[in-house]
Amino acid sequence: MNKSWISPTVDQVGVEERVARFNTRSIKKESKMQGMLLALNMIDLTTLEGKDTAGKVKQMCYKAMHLADDIEGLPTVAAVCVYPNHVKTAKKALQGSNVKIASVATAFPSGNSSRKIKLEDVKIAVTNGADEVDMVISRGEFLAGNYNFVYDEIAAIKEACGTARLKVILETGELSTLDNVRKASDIAIYAGADFIKTSTGKIQPAATMPVTLVMLQAIKDYYDETGIMIGMKPAGGISTSKQALQYLVMLYETLGEKWMTNEWFRFGASSLANDIILQLGKEKHGVYYSGDYISKD
Amino acid sequence: MQLDILKTYKLYIGGSFPRTESGRFYKLENNKKEVIANICLSSRKDFRNAVVAARKAFESWSGRAAFNRGQILYRIAEMLEGRKMQFVEELIMQGASKANAEKEVRQAIDRCVYYSGWCDKYQQLFGSVNPVASSHFNFSVPEPTGVVSVIADENFSLLGLVSVIMPIIAGGNTCIILASETKPLCSITFAEVLATSDLTAGVVNILTGKSKELHTHFASHMDVNAVVYCRENGEEAKAIAELSSLNVKRSFFWQKIWTKAENENPYLIMDLQEIKTTWHPIENIGVSGAKY
Repeated sequence: MNKSWISPTVDQVGVEERVARFNTRSIKKESKMQGMLLALNMIDLTTLEGKDTAGKVKQMCYKAMHLADDIEGLPTVAAVCVYPNHVKTAKKALQGSNVKIASVATAFPSGNSSRKIKLEDVKIAVTNGADEVDMVISRGEFLAGNYNFVYDEIAAIKEACGTARLKVILETGELSTLDNVRKASDIAIYAGADFIKTSTGKIQPAATMPVTLVMLQAIKDYYDETGIMIGMKPAGGISTSKQALQYLVMLYETLGEKWMTNEWFRFGASSLANDIILQLGKEKHGVYYSGDYISKD
Repeated sequence: MQLDILKTYKLYIGGSFPRTESGRFYKLENNKKEVIANICLSSRKDFRNAVVAARKAFESWSGRAAFNRGQILYRIAEMLEGRKMQFVEELIMQGASKANAEKEVRQAIDRCVYYSGWCDKYQQLFGSVNPVASSHFNFSVPEPTGVVSVIADENFSLLGLVSVIMPIIAGGNTCIILASETKPLCSITFAEVLATSDLTAGVVNILTGKSKELHTHFASHMDVNAVVYCRENGEEAKAIAELSSLNVKRSFFWQKIWTKAENENPYLIMDLQEIKTTWHPIENIGVSGAKY
């Protein structure tokens, strides 16, 4: 067995202390503005609800391209994230922009279905025009110790993705321990993930800083060994610009400048964009801003 | 011998008791110039956090049944009654005579009961069915304005707070209130009453500190829908009136003597209400052919 296949164990207390230290960094003024603009540009604007309609998806796509037109110099978000049946709608709505389309697939969010159906799900997303596929791992199999099953599944789905980038959702809220998070990260990375992602957003807790740090460390170890970059996407529960800046600090101090772009780091979030716009609105208008002046969805 | 355990007076934001994020404080003295407590000197960031909490609480508070709001306001009176002695002691520490202190607490409790009764009644009194010349049932009802920022009276530590908070929340609004600077003790103890009264967290947020530093932010924050100013400083009042125009905030100047019975009335509730009129298409509803 290759040495790199044994995942290291995680020092939980150490992780928490390191995270606490990231949160003491003071980011103010110019650097805060830069950080917030970067965070905006890293967002996967997401709607993943049973009640999603074509109208809602169109509206979100418009927002993805026009975050707040009265504030000059805003970037677009990185991508929109929708269910496979809404990819076509999104594709049409985003025509001519640089905003990418990510689609969840593989019986999201539970992942409880047959391999055949999961592959079919991915094919639908890719054929409809998704640039990125967000898959979920089989947590049941993982927790039962069937690591080969999980690995093979990810590898099969990576193949089905073709040129689309694959993000692998670990659903860390269901993995219980940081050791499991590290193990699942390693499995996903070696099986061919382009990105690893914390959560579906449907389970609490979703993304947390300790979990994200463990995953970033897995990415770093893989990079040190192979020179191949893997992306990271914390998703769910990041709703304030302050939190976003703390994640960026952690990213910078763990993986370095190369990862500070939406090519390699994303926030999966639905309300983070609005919070950042509120902060930028304050900078523009000089007084605290209100959600009454920006679109809610 | 046992040492007295002194209370740390903190702020009340979103249902919890944080210290000011600024870490600043001022020393509160009694009339013998002895320091009796360290009081948080709130910053504009504390105010911003309080606005976020108030905005978050607005949907749930304004969405409650009016009768249920009445029950909760009555519960506040009950909790206040149980802590009567504590408030009397604090008022005396801040320089009041025993008789005046007892009177102020008594009045504060009565005021809670008074506004608790109004919660499900002012709509009936101030709402109306309007005659119109078409087949419509046309009616107007008062609805809460939203998030209200308040700079409370300087002279009445407890009564000045209760008299303003009650009409505001009886009407389904949420608020951020700056307590008296020279008599702030009762405000945080009152927050402890609110925290145990089934009041949704964030409906009332209490800050201590200087109006001089904060009044412009109270008036300029775009996510605040109305501002109430209860002090005498003309310069501050002028600044508030001017800055309110920024988002067409409604500004009110309640410079009142709160011990007077006439300053307890449903018109204060109505100041923080907006009238919404609905045209509902119907057939004629009376034999007379009158349209409502």
